[in-house]
Amino acid sequence: MAFTPPKETYIGRVHAVTIGVGDKTVTFGGENVLPFHTFEGIAPNRPVIAYEIQDIPPTDWPENVQKPYEGVSNDPVTWAKFCQDVLKVKAIALRLIGTHPDRENRSHEDAARTVRDVLSAIDIPLIILGSNHTEKDAPVLVAAAEAAKDRNCIIGKAQEANYKTIVAAAMANNHKLIAMSELDVNLSKQLNILITQMGFDRERLITDPMCSALGYGLEYTYSVMERIRLAALTQNDIAMQPPMLGDIGMYVWKVKETQASETDLPHWGPAEERGMAWEAVTAMVLLLAGAELLIMRHPKAVEVVEKVIEELI
Amino acid sequence: MLIIGEKLSIMAKRVREAMMNKDRGPIQDIATAQWKAGADMIDANIGPAEEGGESLMEWVVTTIQEVVPLPISLDTTNYRAIEAGLKVHNKEWGRPLINSTSNDPERFPILELAAKYNAQIIGLTVGKGGLPADAEERAAIAAEIMARAMEYGVPLEDLYLDPLVLQIATSQDHALKVIKAIRIFQELNDPPMKTVVGLSNVSNGCPKQLRPILNSHFLSLLMYEGLTAAIADPHEIAPTVKTINVILGKTLYAHSYLEM
Repeated sequence: MAFTPPKETYIGRVHAVTIGVGDKTVTFGGENVLPFHTFEGIAPNRPVIAYEIQDIPPTDWPENVQKPYEGVSNDPVTWAKFCQDVLKVKAIALRLIGTHPDRENRSHEDAARTVRDVLSAIDIPLIILGSNHTEKDAPVLVAAAEAAKDRNCIIGKAQEANYKTIVAAAMANNHKLIAMSELDVNLSKQLNILITQMGFDRERLITDPMCSALGYGLEYTYSVMERIRLAALTQNDIAMQPPMLGDIGMYVWKVKETQASETDLPHWGPAEERGMAWEAVTAMVLLLAGAELLIMRHPKAVEVVEKVIEELI
Repeated sequence: MLIIGEKLSIMAKRVREAMMNKDRGPIQDIATAQWKAGADMIDANIGPAEEGGESLMEWVVTTIQEVVPLPISLDTTNYRAIEAGLKVHNKEWGRPLINSTSNDPERFPILELAAKYNAQIIGLTVGKGGLPADAEERAAIAAEIMARAMEYGVPLEDLYLDPLVLQIATSQDHALKVIKAIRIFQELNDPPMKTVVGLSNVSNGCPKQLRPILNSHFLSLLMYEGLTAAIADPHEIAPTVKTINVILGKTLYAHSYLEM
């Protein structure tokens, strides 16, 4: 008798989210199966990887991940154009890290100007991220959302402490929204409920259960993502059906394994390769856990992950 | 768990008057309120309806489905009224449920309707000879109904076994027997048989303020045993259903789970 592989059937479905405008939009999510289980149902869109750039020069990034952007990363507009025109990326994530009070404490007006300048230079979709300072992010993301009005961007991240203002701004300016909670499946659900109770369309939401790097609690992120996806698919939990984000780059490129030089730790091998591998492996793990959108830094790491995605779909 | 809204019953004065006068307003209001409160299906209880049953069931089904996108549980002993309801039922909103057949030979032909119209059906575990004495007798009757369903071409996954909930005020010992029956019914087949109860009968005849308490707590125990469906007031049982689903791990907990 021929072998018939057992198949699971799922009752829920992840929302498909489209970002950007014109003929450069990208769509992710929309599947009714666990990651890459296309033999059990449908997964109409492949995961999307956005390249991370920031409003100030990336002097805080390890040298090995600054290198690919040498000569362009001093200015966010040049950097964005480089990503679009040279690297041919599908989407860009602009982190307004310079607004953080402990960094350059740039004003929300400055942030809005940067967003406007970057958007006028590119036609691919843009993700706009604050500096993860909950108080400062509120005015910064409101100004950024207004500056990006009707460009169908993703704004983020709305957290428990500041979601009301940011949700209202995303709603008023027709953007998608990232809701972030700190590695807790129940709090993640709760935040999504609170946001939709404000009248925000749940199909415009993206869940960020908070990322972590390989070796630094990645298994927690994995487990939370997995539980969210199982609730969405097997329990048809409508609060858990937004696609998920893995904001990989910022977590990966600050750990010792991506920072230490080969001179200091010769037995760890070449530092650049090590860093890329660290980012690629972290990204793959989260794709397997259910992430549909990734934010990454090193072009070579992205290349590897895209290749694996191609093989799995 | 499937909630079958019980409020459209001819036993209620407001519903009876609306059914007699073919007054759509109250019927649609009650159906809509139950849908909004979380009902997955609406029970349309028109009683024995010996006269004019067909046109009444037809009218009730279309009146409800005009405003509420849910399937209907056709609750009557009148064979022709059930068939009339099945004919007009809008399948776009799901498959209808026939309420009910039993082990009484007079009710066997109703199984034909389930097979003919691809409807689901409730099998009430009573026979002609009166009430079942315990869980085991209910299971024995259930087995006979299952055999008959297969004979008539009704798939067992379309059959909901109903252990017959009795009044706690007069038959206290049956509460536990019903709970046990829910457990045994599921063991009669693999995959497990589906089960249903007419929940509020447990508190029938009790003081008004006790009824929601009795209904909800009884439901908790039945859900723990794996009950598939309850004919009940969705407003009243919604918090219990949501809470038990959280406790049983069927719904992911969040502080606002009651609002979902």
